[in-house]
Amino acid sequence: MKPAPFKYAKAETVAEATALLDQHADDVKVLAGGQSLIPLMNMRLARPEVLIDITGIDELSGIEVNGALTIGATTRHVEVLRSNEVRAFAPIIAAAMRHVGHVGVRTRGTFGGSVAHADPASEIPAIVIALDGELTVAGPSSERTVAAADYFVSTFTTDMEENEILTAVRFPYPLDRARWSFHEVARRHGDFALVGVAAVAEVDDAGVCTRARIALSGVSDVPVRATAAEELVVGSTIGEVAAEAGRLAERQIDPGSDFHASAEYRKEVARALVTRALNDMATKGEAR
Amino acid sequence: MSSTIDVGTQPTDDQRILRMTINGVQRRGIAEPRMLLVDFIRHELQLTGTHVGCEHGVCGACTVRVDGEVVRSCIMFAVQAEGAQIETVEGLAKDGELNVVQQAFRQEHGLQCGFCTPGMLLATESLLAENPDPSEEEIRDYLSGNVCRCTGYVGIVKSVQAAAKQRSQA
Repeated sequence: MKPAPFKYAKAETVAEATALLDQHADDVKVLAGGQSLIPLMNMRLARPEVLIDITGIDELSGIEVNGALTIGATTRHVEVLRSNEVRAFAPIIAAAMRHVGHVGVRTRGTFGGSVAHADPASEIPAIVIALDGELTVAGPSSERTVAAADYFVSTFTTDMEENEILTAVRFPYPLDRARWSFHEVARRHGDFALVGVAAVAEVDDAGVCTRARIALSGVSDVPVRATAAEELVVGSTIGEVAAEAGRLAERQIDPGSDFHASAEYRKEVARALVTRALNDMATKGEAR
Repeated sequence: MSSTIDVGTQPTDDQRILRMTINGVQRRGIAEPRMLLVDFIRHELQLTGTHVGCEHGVCGACTVRVDGEVVRSCIMFAVQAEGAQIETVEGLAKDGELNVVQQAFRQEHGLQCGFCTPGMLLATESLLAENPDPSEEEIRDYLSGNVCRCTGYVGIVKSVQAAAKQRSQA
């Protein structure tokens, strides 16, 4: 249970990091918080030749609100969780952060690392999908912005090339007046979730939903939107369609079975969580 | 494709000298990049109070504090702790006197075999620093990343409550 030998360098700038990635593109991994990568290396499920540590790059860390909310890629989970700016801009992010690992993981793990790792069961990718997040990606010669819907390709696989790094996650719309709910079911709080839901909605003065995003984790190889449920909710009073929206979400997904849960159980949990999230949003406007 | 950007540091697997402050004492040791922080603490610095359990970041036995934050030292490389302030279980007792949390674990049967205890103690220190009067639910949530296979946790929860009470009266 010790990692295989590897070569290590700590980059000081994004340009240096991407140049190093480019030079060693055959077998290189980016090291940020390491909370997913190092366990894989300890078990030798991952044996990269080279690790490029990006945690020394100052510009990658920090939280900024300037119309949009921008969270630097190497910002630690615990900083996001403690941030008053994040809570004011998008309280659903703070709520979801409480489900990310246990305390000793949140102190090291990074927001961008969780996005780039692209575990379909994890919380932050679902949040990025639900909030129409934008991913800033830097390569050796250029920077580009990728929409959330295009970023997650498959399990542990993103739209990024070997020589690119995620530098920031940007949330374009404030959610201070939106209704929201985040729920997940895990065997134990803090463990990997079986299924999670991140839902946000805008409701007009008459109580009719004008915009809805319902993202599910753990039911596919990427976080997915329950689009049929969203379409039902928009134009309706949320509480009146919560149960039916749950059934539509269940019908839309095709999860796999594994050691932790059967496909049938995951579908059932997804239905229950979508209904629960919508009921929360109908009654309280927000919920954890 | 080769890059025109000047790269200051090329990656190497060479051993390197690492400096860090452990329990207030400046220490240094030698590590190759793949050495885990827990192995550096135990083998290089000879502080064996920090235990190695699952070695993949699940059990919490290797919990230490790095720059004041609870960390699992089996999923952090020693090179990442260069220059850091580290606290381990050896730093809790002062002049041979167990501190309040240690005494509470002793009095309230917060341990049996003791394997998880160093990690439990460090996590409890952080919990009480953040939340001096935690509820049972908050204690169980905060310590959920530290696995104990002996006590059934009842004694551990009581120990944390006793330590919180003791600290609030101090």
